[in-house]
Amino acid sequence: MDDNILSSRVFRMMAYLIIMIFSLLCLFPFLLIISGSLTANESIIRDGFHLIPKVFSLEGYEMVFIFPTQLIKAYGVTIFVTVIGTLVGLFLITMAGYVLQRKDFKYRNHLSFFIYFTTLFGGGLVPWYIMLTTYFGLADTYAVLILPGLMTPFLIILMKNFIKSAIPEELFESAKIDGANDFRIYYSIVLKLAMPGIATVGLFLALTYWNDWFMSSLFINDVSMYQLQYYLYNTINTMMFVSQMATGTGVTLGRDIPTESTKMAMAIVVTGPIIFLYPFVQRYFVKGLTIGAVKG
Amino acid sequence: MFKKKGFFYELNKNKIMFLMIAPTLIFFLINSYAPMVGIYYAFTSYDFAGGLFGSPFVGLDNFKFLTQSGILLKLTINTLGYNVVFIILGNVVSIGAAILLSEVRGKLFKKLSQSIMFLPYFVSFVLISVLAFNMFNADSGFVNQLLKSFGLDPVDIYNTPWLWPFLITAFYLWKNLGYSMVIYLASIMGISDEYYEAAKIDGANIFQRIWYITIPMLKSTFIILLLFALGSIMKGQFDLFYQLVGNNGVLFNVTDIVDTYVYRSLKVNFDIGMATAAGLYQSIFGFVMIMTVNYIIKKINDDYALF
Repeated sequence: MDDNILSSRVFRMMAYLIIMIFSLLCLFPFLLIISGSLTANESIIRDGFHLIPKVFSLEGYEMVFIFPTQLIKAYGVTIFVTVIGTLVGLFLITMAGYVLQRKDFKYRNHLSFFIYFTTLFGGGLVPWYIMLTTYFGLADTYAVLILPGLMTPFLIILMKNFIKSAIPEELFESAKIDGANDFRIYYSIVLKLAMPGIATVGLFLALTYWNDWFMSSLFINDVSMYQLQYYLYNTINTMMFVSQMATGTGVTLGRDIPTESTKMAMAIVVTGPIIFLYPFVQRYFVKGLTIGAVKG
Repeated sequence: MFKKKGFFYELNKNKIMFLMIAPTLIFFLINSYAPMVGIYYAFTSYDFAGGLFGSPFVGLDNFKFLTQSGILLKLTINTLGYNVVFIILGNVVSIGAAILLSEVRGKLFKKLSQSIMFLPYFVSFVLISVLAFNMFNADSGFVNQLLKSFGLDPVDIYNTPWLWPFLITAFYLWKNLGYSMVIYLASIMGISDEYYEAAKIDGANIFQRIWYITIPMLKSTFIILLLFALGSIMKGQFDLFYQLVGNNGVLFNVTDIVDTYVYRSLKVNFDIGMATAAGLYQSIFGFVMIMTVNYIIKKINDDYALF
C-alpha cells in the first residue's frame, strides 16, 4: 500500500539514481586505467588520457611482456610471501583466538590486554626499523617481508569473536571429558567448525600481503626481491624519469619506450588477480566486517 | 605439590594452551614492545657508529627543534584535521549510501552496486598513485583534457596545493566508502521489519521511517566506529598520503602528516633522532587522546568503553 505513495516512489527513484552515480564514480578510475593501457603511447602524449582510446594499441602490454623476467620474479616474491605469511599467520592467529576465548583459561583477559595495548602505544616506526635492520639484520631478506605482518591485534580479536560465536562452550567441555587435550580440541573441533571465520581472517591477511609495498620500500634494496606492488611503484618512477629525461635533454630514450601506456598496462597486470578473484571472495569480507563490528 | 592456585599451578594445568599462545605473545613482545626501548633515540643525535646507547645524548633538543620550527604544530594540525574530516564525511557518506542501498528493491542491482562500491578497498595504494597520475598530470591528465575540451585553461594540479585537501579526501572516500557501508548495511538489515510495518500502519512516510527508525538504530554501530576512529586519530593514513603526494615538496604544507614526515626523515634525510622524536610525540599524543576519550565514555555509558 505504502509503496505506491508518490513520496516513496520518488525516493526509490532517487536512491537508484544516486547509488548508480556512486557506483560509476567508483568504477570510473579503473576504466581510465584500462583505457590508458590500450592506447598508443603517441596518442597519450598528444591527446592525453580518455575514457575510450583514441588510437588503440597493445604496445604497453607488449613492453611489459618483452622483458618479463623481473615481473615474474616480483610475482613470485609476492605469491611466496602471501602464501607463507597467510598460512603461518593463520595458524598462530587461530591458536591465539582459541585460547583467548576459553573460559577456563585464567589469564585470558590479561593476555588480551597485552596484545590490545600495542594498538594504544608503540615505539614508532624508527626504533622498530632500526631494531629489525641493525639488531636482527633483516634487511634484504624474505623473512622481513613475512614476519612483521603475521598478526595484528584486530585479526586476533576478530578470530576470537568468530570462534566464540561459532562454537558453543559445552562442546569444549564434553570434548575434555572425553579425554581430548586442548590442542586436539583446537585441531579437530575449532579448525572444522570455525572455517568460515578462518577463511575471512585468512583473506584479510592475504590481501594485506598481496597489496604490501611498504615493507619492500623500507627494507629491500635488491630489485629482484621487490614485492609486486613495489615493483609497480618502482617501474612507474623509472618511466617518469625516462620520459622527463627525454623532454629535458632531447635524448630519444623515451621515444623508444612507450612510457605512458606501459605504466597503465603494468598497473593492470599487477592488479588483475585481485579483480579476477574479487567476485569469489567478496562475501567472506562482508561476513568478516559484519561480525568484526561486534565489540571484542 | 601445587597447593596455592597461583601462576605455576595455572601454567601446569593449561600448559598446552600456554604453548599455543606463546608464539603470539613472543611476536608482540619482539615486534611491538621491544622497539619501545628505542624511544631513547628521540633524545640523542643518532649516529650509525654509536648505535643505541653510544650516540650523543641531547636531551630535549629534537623536540625543541620540532616545536620551535613550527613543524610539530603543522603536522598535528594536518594529521588531526584530515582525520576529523575523514571521520565525519566517511560516516555521513557511508550511512547515506547504506540507507539508499537498503531501500533499493532490485536484487541484482543491489548486489552489483555493493560489489562495485566495495571494489576500491581491495586494490593497492600504488594503484591509487597511478589513478591520480592518469587523472591529474598536467600534460596528458584526464581532467585537463576535459578542461581543454570545454575551452578552459588546463591546471597544473600537482603544483596547486590548495586542491589537495579535497583530492586526498575524495580518494579516501573512494577507497573506504564500501568498507563502512557494508558495516552499516549489515546493521540496517538487522533491524526488525516489525518496526517498519508498525510505522507504516501509523501512516509514517518513507522519510519519517528513515529518520525515526533507521537512523536511531544505527547509533550503536556509529558510536563503535567513531570510538575506534577517535582511538587512532593521531595515526595518519600513510599509504594514501605517500602514494598521492610522494616527495612532491610543493604540496607538503597542506599534505604533510606525522607519518609521512617520520618516513621521510628516516628514508630520505636519515635523521633518526628527529624522526623518533616526531614518532614518540605522535604515540604519546594518541595515547593521551584514547585514555581521555575512554575515560569520558566510561562516565557516560560503560557499554561503549573501549577497554
